[in-house]
Amino acid sequence: MTRPLLLAGGRVIDPSRGLDQTADVLLQDGKITAVGSNLGRPDGVEVRSVAGRVVAPGLVDIHVHLREPGNEDVETVATGARAAAAGGFTAICAMPNTDPVTDNQAAVGFVVRQGVRAGFARVHPIGAVSVGQRGEKLAEFGEMVGAGAVAVSDDGKPVYSSHLMRTALEYAHTFGIPVADHCEEPTLASGGVMHEGLVSSRLGLKGIPSAAEEIMVARDILLAELTGGHVHLCHMSTRGSVELIRRAKERGLAVSAEVTPHHFTLTDHACEEYDTHAKMNPPLREAGDVAALRSALKEGVIDCIASDHAPHAYDAKEAAFDDAPFGIVGLETAFGIAHTELVRGGVLSLPALIERMSTAPAKLFHLAGGTLAPGAPADVVVLDLDDEWTVAPERFFSKSRNSPFSGRRLTGRAVLTLVAGKPVHEGGSPAL
Amino acid sequence: MTALGKDLVGLEHLAPEQIRLILDTAEPFKEVSERPIKKVPALRGKTIVNLFFEASTRTRISFEFAEKRLSADTVNVAATGSSVSKGETLVDTAKNLEAMRIDMVVIRHGASGAAQFLGSRIRSNVINAGDGKHEHPTQALLDLLTIRDKHGKIEGLKVCLVGDILHSRVARSNIWGLTKLGAQVGVCGPRTLLPRGIEELGVTVFRRIEDAIAWADVLNVLRLQLERMEKGFIPSLREYYRVFGVTVERLERAPRDITIMHPGPMNRGVEIDSRVADGSHSVILDQVTNGVAVRMAVLYLLAGGRPELADAAKRGGGAE
Repeated sequence: MTRPLLLAGGRVIDPSRGLDQTADVLLQDGKITAVGSNLGRPDGVEVRSVAGRVVAPGLVDIHVHLREPGNEDVETVATGARAAAAGGFTAICAMPNTDPVTDNQAAVGFVVRQGVRAGFARVHPIGAVSVGQRGEKLAEFGEMVGAGAVAVSDDGKPVYSSHLMRTALEYAHTFGIPVADHCEEPTLASGGVMHEGLVSSRLGLKGIPSAAEEIMVARDILLAELTGGHVHLCHMSTRGSVELIRRAKERGLAVSAEVTPHHFTLTDHACEEYDTHAKMNPPLREAGDVAALRSALKEGVIDCIASDHAPHAYDAKEAAFDDAPFGIVGLETAFGIAHTELVRGGVLSLPALIERMSTAPAKLFHLAGGTLAPGAPADVVVLDLDDEWTVAPERFFSKSRNSPFSGRRLTGRAVLTLVAGKPVHEGGSPAL
Repeated sequence: MTALGKDLVGLEHLAPEQIRLILDTAEPFKEVSERPIKKVPALRGKTIVNLFFEASTRTRISFEFAEKRLSADTVNVAATGSSVSKGETLVDTAKNLEAMRIDMVVIRHGASGAAQFLGSRIRSNVINAGDGKHEHPTQALLDLLTIRDKHGKIEGLKVCLVGDILHSRVARSNIWGLTKLGAQVGVCGPRTLLPRGIEELGVTVFRRIEDAIAWADVLNVLRLQLERMEKGFIPSLREYYRVFGVTVERLERAPRDITIMHPGPMNRGVEIDSRVADGSHSVILDQVTNGVAVRMAVLYLLAGGRPELADAAKRGGGAE
């Protein structure tokens, strides 16, 4: 039994209850028991002053790749969950494109157990939509949900068959889980390695047009309407997608969407010099897309921020652009980038950012966190908003270093992350 | 650092005066190839590796002649049959070569950016002999030299690139080189074979070959690869020739004589009519001849040779 913990005198932000005030937060027996001033102090309570810091519900990342089983040299559930804790995340959702694919209850259970064993951020598996992610036959959603899956996705690939997507949405409805789709029309995107535009023309690299994403976004919206199922659109990257989602939401459809820190921060110009750390799928787009994604986050057209944490080996990225794999790590930079770019950049208020990184994603995937309401799990992050730091991938807890943000100056990071009231990360600025 | 920097990766990042310097340096080297004994000692003692990951006849031979006529020691490495085909990475191959103390690498590779990748990881000078769909700078330089020989200038000329611009490294290097030297550049081809946003590079797009011919002083006709038809960019080579082929009949309607260029190898009867390729306005073989001189100039300058001494270098002195 851990001692009760009182986080005293911080700026407490709880978007789930519209709370933003100086208060104490009492954590006891793995739960939040009280938020307010002059709280009673139970016997043996440990008091930590967090004056000048922000106390918020732990961040939730509904889109990460942990590479276990299959590529444990690049990341494991434990190292990914440790990186998550360092980034202020108390819950992460692991995509099923492992080797073998997480497409059955045994595989889902394995990820759950590895997460529990690691004891850092909570790890919630996402099951595959189709057996082997081959896009042919539905995986056993019911059993996977029984084993702990919180959503289904064939991420890494789109669900290309419209029939399969339709049945997935209908079948997922039975279990109350969303179908998260990687929107990419494969015949248009085939062979592409970056955004199709002037930069790709100059570099002589095959482009992926924005329409490749938008066609699938439009299709998924139509299928959400047809089925009434909840479609969650992963890593949106284009202004056209934003417009499609806006219209779908105006019509009240069960459509949600996420955006990554890199897509609302970087453009295709990052690919100049053939920097493979700027190679991701969907690709970095243009300034107009970045602006549209930021507005969409502000207006709630895009519901949440997810990192799409995608670890890759050094050797794999140390290659010609065409030959390098897609993806970057993001768990340890997500909050710093979002805070620097969006809050300091005047796009979102801090409570709105916490909502997009905690309350909203928890709600979308029906996870327990995202709130400081008494009775909720004591999944809490303490943030130092004034901590200026430089991204140094060699100091990441993740096993991989593939970040395009190396050397970037950021403001704000997690200094204490608590899962079920237990510290899983302490660091950043000088000890509290 | 030399007048060109460490590497020659492309023309996009060269200044106009650097491009002019290469062309001017090529002039005295032209004469070397006309001698009975085609050899000068400018790069004596230098070791150059020609690292070709893609098949090439003309470019590789042209580089090899340029190197040998400058008295460099050369080794040719082809991807097939070497450790590359056993899965060794590009950077390991290069580092192993460098460990044998070489001075320069001439690289041809199927991936855009491969030359820059290599150049930023090894100390030797790197010359791009074609990287994917990115650049082929020495081809564009020899094209520029050939245009300058024929017209006495480049500035103000109207040069149209015809054909598959999308997949062409020759087109990209030509666009940079020509625009930097003040030419007007046009491109003409089916929309499926033009890159997105090409207009923003300052080129004029012609939908019809007849319009391009009416406009241009020079046509640089690019090779159309059979693969483009297989991948569905065009329906057939036959129709391509009917719609975009550079034919005698089309040229006869031109308001002026048009210089005809082609980087080779040609598909006669696909992008170009044989009578045009072999006609009096064709400078296609002059391009090949100039290729050796331009490559000698690039090798000489990257080896640290001083431009003003190029004329003397061909008589005796080394590159130092």
